[in-house]
Amino acid sequence: MSFSLAESVLQGNRLALARLLTHVENGTPEGLEALNQLFPFTGKAHLIGVTGAPGTGKSSLVNQLVYALRHPEEGQKPSQVAVVAVDPSSPFSGGAILGDRVRMRDLAGDAGVFIRSTASRGALGGLAASTANLVQVFDAAGFEMIFIETVGAGQAEVEIARLAHTVIVVEAPGLGDEIQAIKAGILEIADIIVLNKADRPLADNAERALRMMLEMAVNREKSPSEDGKLIQGWTPLLLRTIATEGKGVREVCQAIQEHRCYLQSSGEWERREQVRLQAELENRLQAALMKRLKEAIPAETYRNILNEMVLRRLSPYQALEILLDGVKQ
Amino acid sequence: MSQRKIRVLIAKPGLDGHDRGAKVVARALRDAGMEVIYTGLRQTPEMVAEAALQEDVDVVGLSILSGAHMALVPRILDRLRAQGQENVKVFVGGIIPDEDIPRLLEMGVMGVYGPGTLTEQIIKDILAAVGRVDQHLQP
Repeated sequence: MSFSLAESVLQGNRLALARLLTHVENGTPEGLEALNQLFPFTGKAHLIGVTGAPGTGKSSLVNQLVYALRHPEEGQKPSQVAVVAVDPSSPFSGGAILGDRVRMRDLAGDAGVFIRSTASRGALGGLAASTANLVQVFDAAGFEMIFIETVGAGQAEVEIARLAHTVIVVEAPGLGDEIQAIKAGILEIADIIVLNKADRPLADNAERALRMMLEMAVNREKSPSEDGKLIQGWTPLLLRTIATEGKGVREVCQAIQEHRCYLQSSGEWERREQVRLQAELENRLQAALMKRLKEAIPAETYRNILNEMVLRRLSPYQALEILLDGVKQ
Repeated sequence: MSQRKIRVLIAKPGLDGHDRGAKVVARALRDAGMEVIYTGLRQTPEMVAEAALQEDVDVVGLSILSGAHMALVPRILDRLRAQGQENVKVFVGGIIPDEDIPRLLEMGVMGVYGPGTLTEQIIKDILAAVGRVDQHLQP
């Protein structure tokens, strides 16, 4: 081949893009090299996270949002859109069924859209370990908006908040009461809350509970930031949709644009970029140090210490100290 | 590093609306440690090929019960080749008359599996086709 994978991706070759995504997902040396080559071309895309409990309609909503972005009102240019859809891996076999495409059939045959399904491969935060890297590849390849659909998430899968510029949390009627709405976790990371399946019974109750939660949160948003300045915060928008019928979808697209304008005019965009890159650096550092540590400790020592723990002769903290002392020498 | 997962696209081209067989196979491949992309009903050959490209799969499984296999399969194979995915293995399941099986195999189909096929057979054939016979067999 006369061109490297990264060069072919930059030239818009879709097969090369697909193959590079596989390399990156598997952490191959080719994948890492291409990531290094592509990194200077990243940082332009608007990253939009879509999260929420299983079955709330995340994939259907993404389908409609992307379709709307590809068919904008007259006079507007359609964006190039990529979708990274994460589904869980089986903890037993390591296999996975990735079914998000089933709901995205309206996007088939559109050369301005690229959908990639990916398995979580044991990661717990709602994304896969490689998701940030897959997003980087799409960003470098010139996709202007990248949707990241998380694993059906419960209360603690908030990794997406560190990756995306704009987080959409999808809710559906009947999932919980006011107490669920004020618990910590997934709702707190929302920039836009979409109440999907809004034609279902109890939709009004759900909206009321979510609104109450938002009103309570507004005060916190306007509190001073670390440097003491009073910042005008973003109050999360609450919108109702019926994704299967496309109702309310234009409004969500508008909200995404509004949020982007807010991020860019408030300086929040740069701040989130920094947070994201720092998180990525720390994740990589952690993985690399762990690997180095494991290589530095003889397997037998490790086994013996573990055995001592099983026999309750060492506590986990004591074991830790012994292991770390061993590495220093 | 973790070993490359086998990625399989399970698609239902054509107009029949019965996908139980496709789901059983998808589940069995999942349990064998593969990553299975499931696309749902009523896919055109173009949609199947495009999904195979975006997902960079090793294997495509087509479930066809409508009798249109001799029309659909060659179009999908042609598309895959045209887009540079000649190495992707394709298998067919569903209701395929015996006399059509050799013709499908001649076109380059990896295997044809009718009702009553053991899913273990499909798994074994996939592992052989992608050159992973000795791996993946641990539970």
